[in-house]
Amino acid sequence: MDTLLVLPILIPLATAALTLIAARALRIQRALSFAGMASLLITGVVILLHVDEHGIAVAQAGGWAAPYGITLVADRLSALLVTAAGVVGLATTVFTGFSLDRRRERASFYPLLNVLLMGVCGSFLTGDLFNLYVCFEVMLMASFVLLTLGGTRAQLEGGLKYLILNLVSSAIFLTAGGLLYRAVGTLNMADIAEQVAAYPDTGLMDTLAMLFLVAFGLKAAMFPFFFWLPASYHTPPPVVSAVFAGLLSKVGVYALLRTFTMMFTGHLAFTHTVLAVLACATMIAGVLGAVAQMEIRRILSFQIVSSIGFLILGLALMSKIALAGAVFYLLHNIVVKTNLFFLAGVIEKLRGHGDLRRLGGLWRERPVLSVLFLVSALSLAGIPPLSGFWAKLVLLRAGLEGEWYWAIGIAVVVALLTLYSMTKIWALAFWKDAPPNEFAFTGRERDVREKSARRAMLPVVALTVVTVAIGFLAGPIFEMALATAEQLLDPSQYVTAVLGGVS
Amino acid sequence: MNQSSIVLGTAVRLMLPVLLVYSLFLLQRGHHAPGGGFVGGLVAAAAFSLVALSDGPGRARRILRVQPLRLMGLGLLVAAGSGVVGLIWGDAFLQGIWPKWAYLPVIGKIGTPFTFDVGVFMVVLGFALEVFFTLLEDE
Repeated sequence: MDTLLVLPILIPLATAALTLIAARALRIQRALSFAGMASLLITGVVILLHVDEHGIAVAQAGGWAAPYGITLVADRLSALLVTAAGVVGLATTVFTGFSLDRRRERASFYPLLNVLLMGVCGSFLTGDLFNLYVCFEVMLMASFVLLTLGGTRAQLEGGLKYLILNLVSSAIFLTAGGLLYRAVGTLNMADIAEQVAAYPDTGLMDTLAMLFLVAFGLKAAMFPFFFWLPASYHTPPPVVSAVFAGLLSKVGVYALLRTFTMMFTGHLAFTHTVLAVLACATMIAGVLGAVAQMEIRRILSFQIVSSIGFLILGLALMSKIALAGAVFYLLHNIVVKTNLFFLAGVIEKLRGHGDLRRLGGLWRERPVLSVLFLVSALSLAGIPPLSGFWAKLVLLRAGLEGEWYWAIGIAVVVALLTLYSMTKIWALAFWKDAPPNEFAFTGRERDVREKSARRAMLPVVALTVVTVAIGFLAGPIFEMALATAEQLLDPSQYVTAVLGGVS
Repeated sequence: MNQSSIVLGTAVRLMLPVLLVYSLFLLQRGHHAPGGGFVGGLVAAAAFSLVALSDGPGRARRILRVQPLRLMGLGLLVAAGSGVVGLIWGDAFLQGIWPKWAYLPVIGKIGTPFTFDVGVFMVVLGFALEVFFTLLEDE
C-alpha cells in the first residue's frame, strides 16, 4: 500500500529526472514522458480500485507515525483526481509531440510538465497542510516556467500577473497555516480536523477559515480573485493552456473541498453561506466575461472561472447529492476543458490565430474537427446526454432539495449564458463563411501545419471518447461520486484511517 | 568575455580545490551538524562560478565535464532512489536505512539520508550552474 501511494509522486519525479538527462534527444524525452504518464494513469486506476475495495489508504513517509510524520492519504476523491491527472498528462504529452514548436519543446518542456504533474498529484494525495503548501509551490514554479516558455511579450505580461497573484496566495496560505499551527499545534489534516472541532474560540477558527478561503480561492480563480486567470491562460502555447485549464485551477478547488468538508465544518451557517455567495458571483463574473470576449481561448478561460463557480456551489450546498454533483462536475470539467483547449490549439494551428472575427468556414472545410468541437462544447454547456448535463442536473437538484432557490436561479441563467458563449464560437468560427480577406497559409507552411493538425487530433479524439463515455456511463460514475461524497461528509473515516483511532 | 585579471585567475586556481573539498566536507557533516547537500552544493557551485568568471563559462563547463542539466537529473534520481531504498528494504518511503557494512574510513557511516543529501548536492550544483552559465553566455 505504501508503494502504491508514493508512486504518483515518484513516477513524475523519475520521469522529470530522466528527461533532464536525455535533454538532447527529443524522441527519447517524448517516449519517456509518454511511458511516465501512462504508468501514472495505471497507478491512478489501481489506487482507485484499491480504495474502492479496502477503504481509505494511508502511507507514512519515512515511517514516522501520523501526526508527526508526513502522511499520504488516498480516499476516493484523491484517487479519482490522480486518475484524471493521469488522463490529462497522457493526452498532453501526445498533443505536445504533435503541436508544440521544436524550440519550446526542447527547452525542458517535458521535465517541467512532469514536475507539474508531480505537484498536482502530491497535492491530491498529501494529508499534511504544510506538505500541501510545498506541492503548491512545486506546481507554481513549474507552471510559471511553462507559462513563459518562449518568452514572448504577451507571455511575460500574463506570467507576471499569474506569478504575483499566486505568490500573494502562497503568502496568505502560509500565514493561515502558521496561525492554525499556533492554535491547534498540528499540521496533519486529520489531526487538525479533530482539534478544530474541539477548539473553544470559534471566532478565531472562522477567521482562519476565511484566510484559507482567500488563499485557495486565489488559486482556484474564485470571485473576486479571478482576474489573473483570463489575463494569463490564453498567452502560452495552447497545450500549456490546456494542462493549466484541466488541472491547475482544479487543485485549488480540491484544496477548498478538503478544507471545507473536513477541517472547517463547525460553523456551516457562516462559512458555507460565504462560499455560496462567492460561488454565484464567480459564475456570473466568469460567464459575463466569456460572453464579452471575441477570441476562442479567452472565452474558454473565462468559462473556467464560471465552472469553478459551479464546483464551489456544490461544496457550499454541502449535502451528499451536492458534493456528488461537484465531484462529477470536476471529473467532467477536467476532461472537457482540456479537450476544448486542445481544439482551440488545432484551430490556431490551422489558421494561425483564434480571433473569432477573422475566423470562419471551418464547418465546410473540416467536418470532423467541427463535430469533435461540438461534442465538447455542448457537453460543457450541459446538453443531454453529454457529461456536463448530468453534472449540472445533479447540482440543480441538490439546490432544490436544499431550498437554495436564488442560487439555483443564478446557476440556470449562467448555464444558458454558457451555452450562448459556446454557440458564439460555433457560429463565428465554424458556421459563418470565411471572411473574404482571410489570411491563409500557403505552400509548404500549409502542408506542415495541416499534417501537425491532423496528428494532434489523436488526443482530441481520445478525450472526446472519454467525454462521451462519461455521459453514457453517468449511472456508474455517479454511484462512485455518491460514494466519494459520503466519504467527504464523514471525515471520521479519514481521521480514523490516518490516526488509527488513537489521538 | 573581457580580459580577466591575473589576480582573480591565480586566486581561483588556488581556491578551486579548497572550495570543492570544503563543499564535500559540508555535505558529509550535514546529517548531525550544520551543513548538508544544499549548502555543499552551493559552495561547489561558487567554486565553478569563480572559474567561469575568470576564464569564461566554456572553461568552467570543461572542468565540470557533466552538463549542469544532466547533473540535476542525476541528482533527482539519486535522491528519489534513496527514498525507494527505504521502501524496499525498510517499512516506508524515505525511511532512513543504515546498513552495518556501509562504513568508510574518513566519511563514516553511510545510509540513505546521506545518499539523499548527495542527490540534493548534485541538484543544487546543477541548478545553480545552469542559471549562472546561461546568464554569462547570454551577454
